[in-house]
Amino acid sequence: MRYARPNNAEELKATIRATWALITPEQCHRLIDSMPRRIAAVIQAKGAPTKRDDFNKVQDLKDNPIRSQIVEAFFDRRNFQKDGVGSMEEIGFEEFLTVMSYFRAPALHTTEEQREEIRRAKLRFLFNMHDTDNDGTITLEEYRHVVEELLSRSGSLGKETAKGIADAAMLEVASISVGHMAPDEFYEGITFEDFLKILKELEIETRMNIRFLNMDTTVLCK
Amino acid sequence: MDRLKRTTFILFLMLVASLLPLGGHASSPEVGTGNGKVRDHQGNGDTTHKANYTKKAFPVLSFDYKNVRTPFEISLWVLLASLMKLGFHLIPRVSNIVPESCLLIVVGLLIGGLIKLVGEDPPVLSSKVFFFYLLPPIILDAGYFLPMRPFTENLGTILMFAVVGTLWNAFFIGGALYGVCQLEGDYLGKVELLSCLLFGSVVSAVDPVAVLAVFEEIHINELLHILVFGESLLNDAVTVVLYHLFEEFSSVGTITVTDVFLGIVCFLVVSLGGIMVGAMYGILAAFTSRFTSHTRVIEPLFVFVYSYLAYLSAEVFHLSGIMALIACGAVMRPYVEANISHKSHTTIKYFLKMWSSVSDTLIFIFLGVSTVAGKHNWNWTFVIATVVLCLVARVLGVIGLTLVINKFRIVKLTTKDQFIIAYGGLRGAIAFSLIYLLDENHFARKDMFLTAIITVIFFTVFVQGMTIRPLVDLLAVKKKQETKRSINEEIHTQFLDHLLTGIEDICGHYGHHHWKDKLNRFNKKYVKKCLIAGERSKEPQLIAFYHKMEFKQAIELVESGGGSKLPSAMPSTVSMQNIQPKKPSQERALPQVSKAREEEIRKILRTNLQKTRLRLRSYNRHTLVADPDEDGWNEFLIKRKRMKDLEKMSHVNNYLTVPAPPPDSPTIARARLASDPQAWVIKPVTGDIPTIKVELASPQSPESVSVVDEFKKSSYEQEDEDGDGLVMKATSLVAKKDETGEDDKEPQQRLQRCLSDPGPSAEDEEDEPFLP
Repeated sequence: MRYARPNNAEELKATIRATWALITPEQCHRLIDSMPRRIAAVIQAKGAPTKRDDFNKVQDLKDNPIRSQIVEAFFDRRNFQKDGVGSMEEIGFEEFLTVMSYFRAPALHTTEEQREEIRRAKLRFLFNMHDTDNDGTITLEEYRHVVEELLSRSGSLGKETAKGIADAAMLEVASISVGHMAPDEFYEGITFEDFLKILKELEIETRMNIRFLNMDTTVLCK
Repeated sequence: MDRLKRTTFILFLMLVASLLPLGGHASSPEVGTGNGKVRDHQGNGDTTHKANYTKKAFPVLSFDYKNVRTPFEISLWVLLASLMKLGFHLIPRVSNIVPESCLLIVVGLLIGGLIKLVGEDPPVLSSKVFFFYLLPPIILDAGYFLPMRPFTENLGTILMFAVVGTLWNAFFIGGALYGVCQLEGDYLGKVELLSCLLFGSVVSAVDPVAVLAVFEEIHINELLHILVFGESLLNDAVTVVLYHLFEEFSSVGTITVTDVFLGIVCFLVVSLGGIMVGAMYGILAAFTSRFTSHTRVIEPLFVFVYSYLAYLSAEVFHLSGIMALIACGAVMRPYVEANISHKSHTTIKYFLKMWSSVSDTLIFIFLGVSTVAGKHNWNWTFVIATVVLCLVARVLGVIGLTLVINKFRIVKLTTKDQFIIAYGGLRGAIAFSLIYLLDENHFARKDMFLTAIITVIFFTVFVQGMTIRPLVDLLAVKKKQETKRSINEEIHTQFLDHLLTGIEDICGHYGHHHWKDKLNRFNKKYVKKCLIAGERSKEPQLIAFYHKMEFKQAIELVESGGGSKLPSAMPSTVSMQNIQPKKPSQERALPQVSKAREEEIRKILRTNLQKTRLRLRSYNRHTLVADPDEDGWNEFLIKRKRMKDLEKMSHVNNYLTVPAPPPDSPTIARARLASDPQAWVIKPVTGDIPTIKVELASPQSPESVSVVDEFKKSSYEQEDEDGDGLVMKATSLVAKKDETGEDDKEPQQRLQRCLSDPGPSAEDEEDEPFLP
């Protein structure tokens, strides 16, 4: 993963590998029992590639409105290499881990720059999920698609509302990032910088986290 | 300006001072009624002695204060509290340095002193009045508006602080005080262990009233606010159990292991029972609100009465009333808000804020008065020991607990956070009232406890309350973001939720997000169908948020319509046209329509502005009758609409031949609208161009529109598609026209729907096509 800041990715990888090495056989057994069959097979096979269908076999994902986008994200080359293009057909364990590493929480003592880096990385992941044609911007069509997917499981309240919401959101982004535009100017789409700006308040680095290294702790607090 | 404010404040003071003798006088009514009595006696005496009966003059004016004494006094106190609140905000300098609660206690002290000077007995804060009348509004206000998302996200931390922290505090303070008493020996030696433990448990509870009062003013970030505040709410269960436990056994003198075990069971019963009672009443309230679409006036009443009943029911069984109230408010809120009208929502909000504000003020004033009034027994050792031990226990507790909690949290609590949590542990009137309730026979040192409690309360409120604001600034603690929530954030919050749930599912890890997702789905599938009326039950959160946002913008627009300031702070000229991708010319309908849509909105609001000035109607409180003119008008509009739709098929060109007015963003349009009211001429209503009529401010309009809603709904029944909330009329228009027509109808529909009572708004108001 020759990502923007090699230090970060390498560190993550090293930590994950080290922790993984510490997992005891009992934990492995538990993992195998609790995880969906295919993921368990991946661990056992240690490197046999995973395909899209395997993700589709995960039962719990069926009710998720953005299922297809999540699955796509695992196969998106942009998440593995800095200038990756297109998507892969199969992924190995390393790529799986790389995608998972985006959901790691920042450590307790991080400096402001480090937090900023982590935030950028996570937002970049989200951005790549939205920007399906990889032109560097989220166009209105892509954004509409996102909103439609979000509302797809919630009944058929009409595509118009989704469109309206997407339009309003786009308008907001344009207003915030560009400000004044002459009537015949055209706002291409949300660039990554704009994306950063509008989602600054969301505090992604504290929210986009999964506790997946402590598998048997059921915790109530984040 | 400053001088004016000062003189006004002095006038207030004088007014208040003149009310005080009356208040003091109130407690000795004999002077007033004495005359009455004498006269009565005379009258009676005279009638029995008919011979001596002399005709007296008919009493034109008599003074009978005794009749109205109680309500009069209560009203006087409430008036006093409100005047004080007014007064403080007239002197900005003081209210910036000193939190309001401190000022109120000082005022209470002064009033108590004055009453004592007059020679009367100042009233003490009766526990019954406090627990039944003063506390519930504050707690309901807090519970109803509790921000659920941060609360549930941090529930584990909050519970740790509330339960374990309070237990630690109680036992540490109680035990240490007992030790101090034994050491001191002579006077304090007689204080028993159980009394000390009881005192410790009462004094260790963080008080929600005090926390609210102080934290409201410092605008600290959401996480810390919810941590301290949530702790203050949830520790009520612990306090109740410990209080009753120690009170029961103080007479016996010893506690066995069985009792401890029973105590733990009792704690579970008290807290879970309280929550269940509250939830039950909350569901009842939500269910009731489903049927209130015809009697909008009493909707707020249901909310208040059910909540109060929940509180009282919990108190019947000695369960935690506070937790019942919180549960009731939190459970009923999403469903009730989907069912009630916007005005009821505003009413509930304002009534709750008003009551809780008055309660809050009264509590602090009474604290001050009770200090002067109560029997005190100042014992240096005990009091100083209490204060010091409270501080030490709190700090130790917070640090210790944070070490444990941080192992489980993703977002760790920093030292700054810990400091604020420890420093924000304010004590208040609940502790005072609980001590006041103690039986003097069992607790020989009750007055000493009282003094110590009051000292602790004063210390925390004054010292900690006053210094927390500069400390927050000094430590650069993160403050609350003042920005409005944008739709992008909302979209991405939802997106993140689903994303994280999906990743968790892939890992097979049934975590936090998985269960939340399951709960949401259960909620949507079963619960919402029962508790929410009509079509709102199917509305996903994102859409509800979007409507709310639009509605707010529309209201803002109208409210600022009279002035010349821009309502929003976004000075941009970006409009829909800039976003829409450039399409070949035959699809130019799109950008044209969006301009048209802006004009529609302008027209609606302009019309409404005119109408609100013209409308002067008094309404009957008992029945909000529909305006007969409006009925006829709306029928006319329906017929118009029908004809218009048929015409639309053949009048595509209307849409394309509009001369483009200078494309403005909505914001600029608003500015222009605001500053130049005559820019837009309202077309007189002629036969062929229908206009929109949207009533905002008139009290009758929601009713009348909703009545018409029902009417129109039936007439449009067959035309609705699957009856979902926002589906446009399924006419047989060409798809493109559908789109354009629907885009037009959208803003009106949404506005209409938000303004009228939320039934399924299948009705479409007219849209005025375009300016000529």
